[in-house]
This record gives sequence, structure tokens and C-alpha cells, in this order.
Amino acid sequence: MAYSIKVNGTSHSVDAPDDMPLLWVLRDLLGLTGTKYGCGIAQCRSCTVHLDGEAVQACQVRIADVGTRAVTTIEGLASAGTLHALQQAWIAEDVAQCGWCQPGQIMSAASLLAKTPHPTDAQIDEAMSGNICRCGTYNRIRRAVRRAAGGTP
Amino acid sequence: MTALDRRTFLRISASGAGGLLIGFGLGCKDKAKPKPSPGPSPSPTPTGDGTELNGWIRIDPDDTVTMIVPEAEMGQGILTGVAMILAEELDADWATVRAEHAPADAATYGRQSTGGSTSTRANWDALRKTGAAARAMLIAAAARQWGVPLAECDTEPGKVVHAGSGRSERYGALAAAAVHETPPDEPPLRDPARYRLIGKPTPRLDQRPKVTGEAVYGLDVKLPDLRVAMLARPPTFGGKLATLDATAARAVPGVRDVVEVPAGVAVIADHTWAAMKGRDALVVTWEPGPNAGLSTEQVSATLRELAPGGVVVRADGDAAKAIAAARTKVTATYEVPYLAHATMEPLNATAVVRDDGAELWLGTQAPSNVQQTGAEILGCAPDQIAVHTMFLGGGFGRRSQVDYVAEVLQIAAKTKGTPIKLVWSREDDTRGGYYRPSSLALCEGALDGDGWPVAWRQQIASPSILERFGPLPKGIDDTAVEGVANLPYALPHVHVTYGKPDLPVTVWFWRSVGSSQNAWSTEHFLDELAHAGGKDPVEVRRRLLVDKPRHRGVLDAAVERAGWGTPLPAGRARGVAVHESFGSVVAEVAEVSIETGAPRVHRVVCAIDCGRPINPEQIEAQMESAIMYGLSAAMHGAIHFKDGRVVEGNFDTYPVVRMREAPVIETIVLRGDAPPGGVGEPGLPPLAPAVCNALLALTGKPVRSLPIRLA
Ligand code: FES
Ligand code: FES
Repeated sequence: MAYSIKVNGTSHSVDAPDDMPLLWVLRDLLGLTGTKYGCGIAQCRSCTVHLDGEAVQACQVRIADVGTRAVTTIEGLASAGTLHALQQAWIAEDVAQCGWCQPGQIMSAASLLAKTPHPTDAQIDEAMSGNICRCGTYNRIRRAVRRAAGGTP
Repeated sequence: MTALDRRTFLRISASGAGGLLIGFGLGCKDKAKPKPSPGPSPSPTPTGDGTELNGWIRIDPDDTVTMIVPEAEMGQGILTGVAMILAEELDADWATVRAEHAPADAATYGRQSTGGSTSTRANWDALRKTGAAARAMLIAAAARQWGVPLAECDTEPGKVVHAGSGRSERYGALAAAAVHETPPDEPPLRDPARYRLIGKPTPRLDQRPKVTGEAVYGLDVKLPDLRVAMLARPPTFGGKLATLDATAARAVPGVRDVVEVPAGVAVIADHTWAAMKGRDALVVTWEPGPNAGLSTEQVSATLRELAPGGVVVRADGDAAKAIAAARTKVTATYEVPYLAHATMEPLNATAVVRDDGAELWLGTQAPSNVQQTGAEILGCAPDQIAVHTMFLGGGFGRRSQVDYVAEVLQIAAKTKGTPIKLVWSREDDTRGGYYRPSSLALCEGALDGDGWPVAWRQQIASPSILERFGPLPKGIDDTAVEGVANLPYALPHVHVTYGKPDLPVTVWFWRSVGSSQNAWSTEHFLDELAHAGGKDPVEVRRRLLVDKPRHRGVLDAAVERAGWGTPLPAGRARGVAVHESFGSVVAEVAEVSIETGAPRVHRVVCAIDCGRPINPEQIEAQMESAIMYGLSAAMHGAIHFKDGRVVEGNFDTYPVVRMREAPVIETIVLRGDAPPGGVGEPGLPPLAPAVCNALLALTGKPVRSLPIRLA
């Protein structure tokens, strides 16, 4: 089945079975491998992307259900060569270790800050507890989110 | 080829860009004896003249200094750490330094480059000498150009300077001429007091690509005509394929082929989704084999039965007599389950097999073992297997095993010329057959008349990791008893035994290996003894660590920062633990309460003595990482067996710590002069006992099995 989807501002047409998760469309058909696979069952949020600005798990969204919503992936978070405030904060706090979970972490945090520009620590913990990091970078993620939100890391 | 010493060789050449390229070979550990750490024995590429190269320094005319590092970056910051040591001695300008994995560019660097688990620890001297030799060559080139004596030249970051004439020249401008210089036999090393990089907190060099999504991991590899394969494997140890009907699988759109290989049945498809659906559509039955009845209860019973009759590992004094005679004694049985590594990036590997060998792209902690495996499967020489090391989405020991390499090569051998990416699902990864061994320890201890511990007996039963590498010396697997065999406490009577069970579960190195369970049993048991004697756990440790200054040092630093002995909010308690592993000693103090029936760890203070710290920033990061990894194991980790099969599958059944459970961590890095110790693993062992010791203080009840389940 042919679908047309808009990813990071660019329209793509893809030929995919209608039940193919957006995750594999992005990774295997469009070559956008910044979105990561970790569980496939909505447990780890490594695959977090935005649909019209809303954070979703790309492993849970079928290509047939994307429709006209704009998809934003980690590759599309920076604008005009300037990293997103969160990406800058991530570098400043030296967050990533293996790095596999971090695109998903950043996409979750971006959606948190879009809705709640100055989250409390409890709000950060709540919003970010869907994302797993096996390298245990949680302390630094907290600091980076606070930093990006303009608070004290 | 120049020999700096027995271990360090250099090869000098011009880089493609008209700069200087120095190839070096890093330490080859004894191949025959696997190390009790993830990633046994590297065997770097032979260069044809008896030496082996596996790393490079490249200095380009634009001043960029690129360190090409023969180490797997799995999150531990090794690219940055190795680059820092080289750059320190080279006196490079850090702003111009880049670090890359050992190359994919066969034309420039030779056919193959591997290195395996050579660590900063193992290569401290070799790296310094290599950097120093490069600096000496740049100085020699400048001195020749200026017609001044060598001894009058010095360096400043990124350039050679001549004080007498005020001349200076950038490394980039000297690089081409330096190709013709010969490095001295004993290049002078910098005075540690003048280090500019080593010992300074330094951000990682690989942050940017990891926050933009540009970093390429094994699962991200793209190649023309790449096919994705998923494998249906026998669900039991020793199981075999019985019947297969692939009709439905072949009918799944995107599925190209279904092939039988020794490891199972592979579905080959255009993309991962088709491979997953194709595998789901296989109609397959398995011959369960001899281990169909395997269960967790059976494992437990086997260990329990075996523990009392093991071989003697250590015998100081007469523990049995002292315990029998003591008025106050404590006995306890501690048990831990098998654990999966659960790296965040599930296992995967990409390979293309050709008539003259194979080429692989993957995250691996042991590239040389990958070559060896390829040679065995394809019947060729190891140097006919080219290995491209990608970023690793976590290793923790799992990626030093090569089972997934064998699998992809078996499949790719059937699709010659077409590259295959073998993808493991999360469930495959959890059930994939290599685990931290289960372990059971019978502990007995005795106190003297004043309530101080005097005797300790610990009988351990635990499956052997090392037996696969050859007969165990004296029947002892060192990894199963590490931390107990070398119990640091000054006790007159210590008796330690080891019993090796015969169990079909395949076991492997898991972050911090035997220390992951032995620190827990020893440090929690010590608190049980302290509790029985009415002593403060810190006082007991100080008294028994009389001749262990490094242990005392980290203990004192951690308890002081943690405010040991000062009041806490009601319902909270502190626990402390100290443990040495991988050449480093770590103490941790955990602050714990009980919330809705489960422990809640609020804060962990950690102090590490890892000898000379290379990069305190990364040491802190590794302590944080190991503490969270240890907390996942202590709170949640367990692999169970039922009817021969692994029960757990995905993160819903094999949960790990999330942010809401994550304690605040404070790390103190002590400064020593000893060569650098390990930092990736030693932060893990003290965590579980520190938490359990806090629970003992809080409830009066010990924890006798992991994960922690409060009654
Ligand atoms: S891969 Fe989508 S939530 Fe884990
Ligand atoms: S950085 Fe490795 S899983 Fe998060």
C-alpha cells in the first residue's frame, strides 16, 4: 500500500503494509535511524517521535494511522543548524553514555517542555519515567531538562 | 616499525590528507587465559612482521588530531579516555582532538583492525609512550627545519616552540615533515604534576552525534541490498528443530526466504517488520531435548545441595572450630538469580559472506573473537574476516559473547554476496541464552566476647563461566568466588569453598561479574554480624580494615559526605558497603525508606579510589550508571525457568529502574598515584548490600535473596 507521510518537513511516499509501525517505516524505509527500537511494546520509549507536536511511541503507531499529521524525529529537532535547547543541555550535562535511549529521552523531554515550560522535579520524574535508560543516566537527564527549562541544573 | 618497548610498536606513514599517521599496537593480554572481565583476550591484526597494530593517531595539515581507538565505545567513555591519554603526552590542543572507532577504511589502515577489550587500565603505559613518541617526532621535525638543537625545542598545546628565537609552528604544518623522523626509543613522558588533561573533568567527544541521532550503531547500519533476518530458536537449552512449515511465512509480503541454519530457522525479508511477521507466521515445533524439565526450583535445589561440599578456596585459621566454640554465631543463606544484560539496543549484527571471507558491521566488545568465530564457521583464516565496530547501544559484558555473530554468519553464508542484518527482538534478547550465573552462599560467622567478628565461613555454589575456556585450576572458578576469596577483613579465621554445579543454563560475564553477587553476600553478612554484636557497621569495618588503606579511604570519604550517624527523617535509614573489584575500591552509602511495601532508595553517596583518575567526569558518570544498573538488579532483576524455558521476555516482565525510582547520586573521586583502575564495573557491587544494610537497620530483618522482596 502506498502512503504519503510528512517527516521533518519533507513529504515521502512509502510502500508499506498498513500495519507496519511508523518505527520501522522511519528506520528501514526512510533510513531515519535516529529513532530507536528498544522493546516494540510501548515499554521503553526509545522510539519516541512527535505527531503534530505530540509525543508518541513510533512502535505503536501504524503507518495507516499517521494520516496527514506531521512527524518529527530526533533528526528534525534542530532547526537551521542550531541544536534544540534540550540537545544543547544534553551536551552541557554530558548525559549520553551508550546513547541508544537518548533520542527518545530528548523527544519525550521536548514534548514535556512544550506543554510545561518550567516543570517541577516531580513533573520531570513523572513525564520521563516512561523512558528507560539502561546506562542509568537519570540524574543527568533531570539536570539537563532543568537546564533547558532555564532553571538550575 | 619501531619498538618502544616489548608491548608498544609504532608504524609511521603519511596520511591520505598529507599529514602524519602513526599506527600503534596496544597490549595483547594472555590469550590462553580468559580474564574474569567482559571481553576475553583480544588478538589484534598481525601486520605481517610479527607485530600488531590496532590504533592510530592522525595529524592532518589543518591541525585536526584524530585518535582512532581500538576500543568498543559502549557508553563507558573509552573513546574520550584513550584520546585524553594520547593527547596529554602528544601535548595536543584538545579543541582539535577527535576520536573515532577503529576504522572501516581498509585502504588506509590495512585490511582489518581490531583490539578487543584492551582497557585504559591495561594500556596506560603504552598509550602514554605512543603519544610521547608522536610529540618527539614533531619536535624533531621542527628542530630540523629551524636548524636548532632538539633540546632547545619544547611544545605548547598543538605546536612546537623554540624559546631562543621565539619561533613556533603548528603540529598540522609539521605533520608531513615528521613522517621522516624516527621516534626515540624512550620518549620522555610528561611530569604528572604538569598534566593538562589527565585528571581534569572532560566532556565526552561523542555527545553531539548521540543527541542528534547521527551516531551509527549496529542496528543502524545501511548497505545496498541489505536484507533483515530474524531467527526462530529452540526455546530450550539443547533443543532442536522438529518440524517446520514455512508456507505462511513465505507468503508474508516482504519475506524473501526462509532458511534452516544450525542456530534455528531464519526468515529473511526486505525490512524488520516483514521479518518479524514472517517469523510469527512460521509453523514450527521443537524437540525439547534433555533440559525440558529445567526450572528455577531445580536450579535452587541443586545449588543448595552442592554448597556444603565444595573445594577449599581459602583457609585462614580454623573457622569451623572457632564458630563451633563461639557463644554468638550467625548463619545465613544468600541466593541470587540468573540475570539478563538487557542492553538498550537489542543484539544484532550485519554480515556479508563472499568467496574470500566475510565482512561484518556490529557492536562488539571482542572484535578478535568475532574474527575467530568467522574463521571457524566459514573455514577461512581470521584475517579474512573484516570487522567494522559500530557504536554499541550498551555492552555490560553481553557483547563480548559471539553467539549472535555465529548466527548472522550462518545465515549470510546462505545468501552469499547479499548482506544480512540479523535483528534480535527484545524478547529474543532476554531469552537469548547468556546470563549472569545464579549463586548461593552459605555463610556462618562468629563473634568474640565483645561482639566483634572473629570467624567467617562462606560456602559458595555457582555455575562456572570460565569452564568453557578449559579445565578450572583446582576446580575453582575465580569469577564465582571473587570478592570472597579476597575478603579484605582482618579476621583470624576465614574459610571459603566453591562448588560447581552442572546446569544447562549458559552463563557469561555480566557487569562486575562475580562481585555483583559476592559483594552483596559478604557486605550484607558483615552487617548481620555487626547487628548481632550490637556494633555500628562503620566501626566494624574500620576495625577490620586495619591494613587496607584504600578501603578505609573510600569508607571514610563516603560516610563523611553521607552524614553517617546524623539524624534522618523518620522512616529512613542508611546502609554502607565497601568492595574492591577491577583494581578499584568503592564505598557506597544508601539512604532508604519503605514506600508501599517496597524499598525506596533516595540518595546514594559513592566514593571511589581508582588510582590515578583519568577523567573524573566520566568516573562520576560510570558510578551513576553502575549504581542504577545494580539497583535494577537489586530491586527487580530475575530470570526464571519453567519447563526448560525462560519465563521473562520484555521490559514488562523484566523490569528495570526508571527515573521515578532513581536515587540522587553523589560521587567522590579520590586521587591516587596507582595506575588507573577500572571504572565501568566497580560502582555496581556495593549498591545492593548498601541498600540491604539500610533495610536491616530500618526493619531489623536481613534480606536473604535478590531481588529484594519485603515480606
Ligand atoms: S520501542 Fe517503542 S516503546 Fe520501546
Ligand atoms: S545512554 Fe545507554 S541506554 Fe541510555
